[in-house]
Amino acid sequence: MNIIQVKNLTKKFDDFTAVDNISFEVKKGEIFAFLGPNGAGKSTTIKMLTTLLRQDSGEIMLNDHNTLLDSDAVRCSFGIVFQDPSLDDELTAYENMEFHGILYDLPKKIRRERIAELLKFVELSDRKNSLVKEFSGGMKRRLEIARGLLHHPKVLFLDEPTIGLDPQTRNHMWNYLQELNKKEGTTIFLTTHYMEEADRIAKRIVIIDHGKIVAAGTSQELKNQTQTNSLEDAFLALTGKTIREESGSGIDNLRSMRKMWGKK
Amino acid sequence: MKTIYILWLRQIKRYLRSKSRIFGALGQPILFLIALGYGLGPVFQKAGEGNYLQFLAPGIIGMSIIFTSVFSGIELIWDRQFGFLKETMVAPVSRFNIMLGRTIGGATVATFQGIIVFLISLIAGFRPTNFFLIFPAILVMFLIALLFTAIGTAIATQLEDMQGFQLIVNFLIMPVFFLSGAIFPLNNESPKVLVTIARFNPLSYGIDAMRSFLINTSHFGMLLNISVLLSTALFFILLGSYLFSKIEA
Repeated sequence: MNIIQVKNLTKKFDDFTAVDNISFEVKKGEIFAFLGPNGAGKSTTIKMLTTLLRQDSGEIMLNDHNTLLDSDAVRCSFGIVFQDPSLDDELTAYENMEFHGILYDLPKKIRRERIAELLKFVELSDRKNSLVKEFSGGMKRRLEIARGLLHHPKVLFLDEPTIGLDPQTRNHMWNYLQELNKKEGTTIFLTTHYMEEADRIAKRIVIIDHGKIVAAGTSQELKNQTQTNSLEDAFLALTGKTIREESGSGIDNLRSMRKMWGKK
Repeated sequence: MKTIYILWLRQIKRYLRSKSRIFGALGQPILFLIALGYGLGPVFQKAGEGNYLQFLAPGIIGMSIIFTSVFSGIELIWDRQFGFLKETMVAPVSRFNIMLGRTIGGATVATFQGIIVFLISLIAGFRPTNFFLIFPAILVMFLIALLFTAIGTAIATQLEDMQGFQLIVNFLIMPVFFLSGAIFPLNNESPKVLVTIARFNPLSYGIDAMRSFLINTSHFGMLLNISVLLSTALFFILLGSYLFSKIEA
């Protein structure tokens, strides 16, 4: 039973083909890692999976709904923790959760119960009325995970969720997510640059490079295929050792602008 | 409905929490009231045009509203760059409701700001002719705010980052304010070119509507004022939501 089914997916930006005719599937209840160097097409694929971007051709079914034709049903089916923080700094932890709950149309009683439960779970109950801008990176991540789970999604997307987290927080987070995966059967779709993390957590791995899928299988299968001992070596064998560049954004300029306008 | 409400509430909370923004945005209108209101007052009086502060105050209220509302609209860029927009974009709610909630929220904030400047102008010596007409004047403030928040949002959908920000201040907000009849009267003695330009500026109608409620003088007439404000606001809300529905995070 597949929770995500991607068929012949292609996305072009002008002449550049970011995602080039890829097909893969994710089984219900599995922990799935989607790996690749910078600029390989990971983020573009995730954006299409999560209805943020429309593909040029191909089809995506998520929880049996087509992402283009039935996007609201798809949106109800997944939760996401983005690569960059997507919390509102000027709101409290509780308000961020409440905002999410209302957007997903959860009835008040259920909303309140689940918020309390999830905040307790990510150990933020005592900080629920603090503004998010006072939080550390790890606390923000935990809050984002709690928020992503609030509407009980079938699939949880985690786009480089452990970047900048200390080993304690990372460990706590993965333990929780593995438990969630076991208990609720929530499918977890993750990307990461930490190969040992993918090796330890993921049941199945797909590696994408230059917009194409270069390998798929369990960690062991990838190691066997490349005759290497670690997933990191397998990854390098499959994608080469050249350093990739990603186009920058105006975000650094913005940060300075934002300071100028008195926001932190 | 709940979506619109929560997006509105978010704008209000953010506004109330950033004290520096509330006070920072008051500096300019106070400066204009003092420098222009008191400075040019005697000249205006001598020219037989009456009390300049009375004339100027609605214009300055209008100024604070367009600054605050265009910025509220432009804030969309921040939400986009700092990720929060994605949270709303992956939620199962329509883009139109997101845009509407944001716009009404931004407009409410700008109206607050207008009311604060109104109160300050009272301290400076401004006296509305009829106390009860302050309430319809506040409605006019809200319409102006709605219009310019929608314009700000429409612009924000087209910008990648805040690089174009200075451009917007210099080539949109400033001209709209200065060429609106906010600081000079649109009568027969005014240069024809200026009056003609002001005729194509929606803010002129907003300020004129405020004047007719607050100091009981009007250049265009209430019917024209309100119809221009309503129709341009509606147009830009529709344009804004169309452009907003096209953006991809």
